[in-house]
Amino acid sequence: MAEKNDAGKGGVISTRSMEVAVGLLIALLGLIAVTDSHRVGAAWAEDGPQSGYFPNIIGWILIACGAWVVFQQLRRWRQDANKVFVTLHDFKPVLTMLLPTIGYVILIGFIGIYVASAIFIAGFMLFQGKYRWLPTLLVSVGVPLAMFVLFEIWFLVPLPKGPLESLLGY
Amino acid sequence: MEDIGNLMHGFAVALSWKNVLFMLVGILLGVLIGVLPGLGGANGIAILLPLTFSMPPTSAIIMLSCIYWGALFGGAITSILFNIPGEPWSVATTFDGYPMAQKGRAGEALTAAFTSSFVGAFFAIVLITFLAPLVAKFALQFGPPEYFAIQFLTFASFVGMGREPPVKTIASMMIGFALAAVGIDTVTGTLRMTYGIPALLQGFDFLIAVIGLFGLGEIFLTMEEGLSFKGKHGRIDPKIVLKTWAELPRYWATSLRSCIIGCWMGITPGGATPASFMSYGMARRFAKRKEKFGDGEIEGVVAPETAAHAAGTSALLPMLTLGIPGSPTAAVLLGGLLIWGLQPGPLLFVEKKDFVWGLIASMYLGNIVGLIVVLTTVPWWASILRIPFAIIAPVIVVICAIGAYTVHNNMFDVVMMVVFGVVGYVFKKLKYPLAPFVLALVLGDMAETAFRQSMLVSGGNLGVFWSNWLVGSIVTLGIVILLWPVMSALRERARGGPVAGGA
Repeated sequence: MAEKNDAGKGGVISTRSMEVAVGLLIALLGLIAVTDSHRVGAAWAEDGPQSGYFPNIIGWILIACGAWVVFQQLRRWRQDANKVFVTLHDFKPVLTMLLPTIGYVILIGFIGIYVASAIFIAGFMLFQGKYRWLPTLLVSVGVPLAMFVLFEIWFLVPLPKGPLESLLGY
Repeated sequence: MEDIGNLMHGFAVALSWKNVLFMLVGILLGVLIGVLPGLGGANGIAILLPLTFSMPPTSAIIMLSCIYWGALFGGAITSILFNIPGEPWSVATTFDGYPMAQKGRAGEALTAAFTSSFVGAFFAIVLITFLAPLVAKFALQFGPPEYFAIQFLTFASFVGMGREPPVKTIASMMIGFALAAVGIDTVTGTLRMTYGIPALLQGFDFLIAVIGLFGLGEIFLTMEEGLSFKGKHGRIDPKIVLKTWAELPRYWATSLRSCIIGCWMGITPGGATPASFMSYGMARRFAKRKEKFGDGEIEGVVAPETAAHAAGTSALLPMLTLGIPGSPTAAVLLGGLLIWGLQPGPLLFVEKKDFVWGLIASMYLGNIVGLIVVLTTVPWWASILRIPFAIIAPVIVVICAIGAYTVHNNMFDVVMMVVFGVVGYVFKKLKYPLAPFVLALVLGDMAETAFRQSMLVSGGNLGVFWSNWLVGSIVTLGIVILLWPVMSALRERARGGPVAGGA
């Protein structure tokens, strides 16, 4: 997917390879829909259309769209040689957002959303924003605390909690 | 007239002190959402939806719709002062709004933007007031083929009128339909496309998709662009407001044209964003001082803002009367109505008069309150944008995660939100439109049911969609709009001009 190309400075992901990859994924999704529709029955039963009738049509349209996107891109393969989806230089900040977010979501399952949020915000401010510990502490503790008051106390909407909250009696 | 009486009664409902308070809170939250990157009308309302479950439905929907008005107003602030469109529909506002701010005319630009927004919205609300009861009465006679025809028209207009490549629009829409089919089939109870994964039994909720696609996706894009917010100071003093107001009537023609474009694009779901671009383009074409556009021309702020608000507001007309939303935000509001047990559609106007007219009255009041609020609080919002992105970004991710979790109290939804965020980032970059995706996910079950019932009635014969003049003309119109890009491409080719590629 991430085809290397010498067109830009450092590495780049080219638009054409990304287009083809997404086109193939769309066709794959269509294939999944069609396969499953045939499993549950995509034909016409005595009491009307079966469960897979509608998804089957959708699936075939998806396959056609995906194939068309890939076909169009392959036809323009040379013309689009210099189109850049993203350079690795620009993609690094995206990863510094995406990877901590994934970590944050995993963390929620173990220690609850409030503590995980505090760690996530603090980490981001310290490493990405290069803040000192005092403003970091204020924001990273203040925001989850405000959320806690808003959700658990005012609106009585329970959010995932972990060991710290149960220690405090919630 | 009976409807006027109903509207007056609606004002009485909307004017209770509690509802006015909710209105004010809604507007303030809405402007905040509009100003912050990564939070917009659609996902902002999706996140706040669970908080309104404990309120009475009328108050809740008043507050939520006011968040929408606020978000529409808020988008203009960032466009003009920071050259950063807080919302996609305010991109066209940056063309002339930011140059005006650079020349020290920020106050004028903001006043013009807010006032035009108000005018556009007001025009659309008047339209809703008079047209909605008629459409609702008409739609009472609709059967499944008519409903499917209307939905077909809705989706065909995305393909025919969108600015994205048609194949990508269709692909994005079909992914929405496919995801909507996952889970238990509502007609037969069969499990579809779950592949034995228990978490998929409930299917995909569009609220999660909205939060991921528009919220996280936007944050990822902003990270890539590495924005630093450097903006002009905005303060509006009353003298400038009055001076600008005195100047604005001069642009009545542009304003009226933009209102009509906006309402048209809002009702047929072209949406606020194309409406604003189209209106800007038309204003430039008809202007006497064409060369001044893009250089800080006040008319270039009036046109897109009027159209965007007219479209944003009139998108609620098909949502209320037919149960078919014209924009992702209208879809989220529809989701809210369903959760409160209110089924949008023609019957709503018969059975829940209080609610419908209370909502319409609150649209009038909400926009007046909104105009006053934004005119007086601009400097404050501008200072929020000076908070560095390194603080704002993680806080918004946290808010999105909480919002995704509270929809069903389900951790799997939070995981899906991140997946949708990545999809949103990639799709945005490859020019796959996101609105058809969301609307297909919302309407998927409804469209499928209408289609299957129609097929049942006709015994599998597609001729049912041409069985009477009404359904026949809607379907034919839909097909014409659907094939529009193909026809214009063929015409271009016949003329030997440049051919617009499909992908």
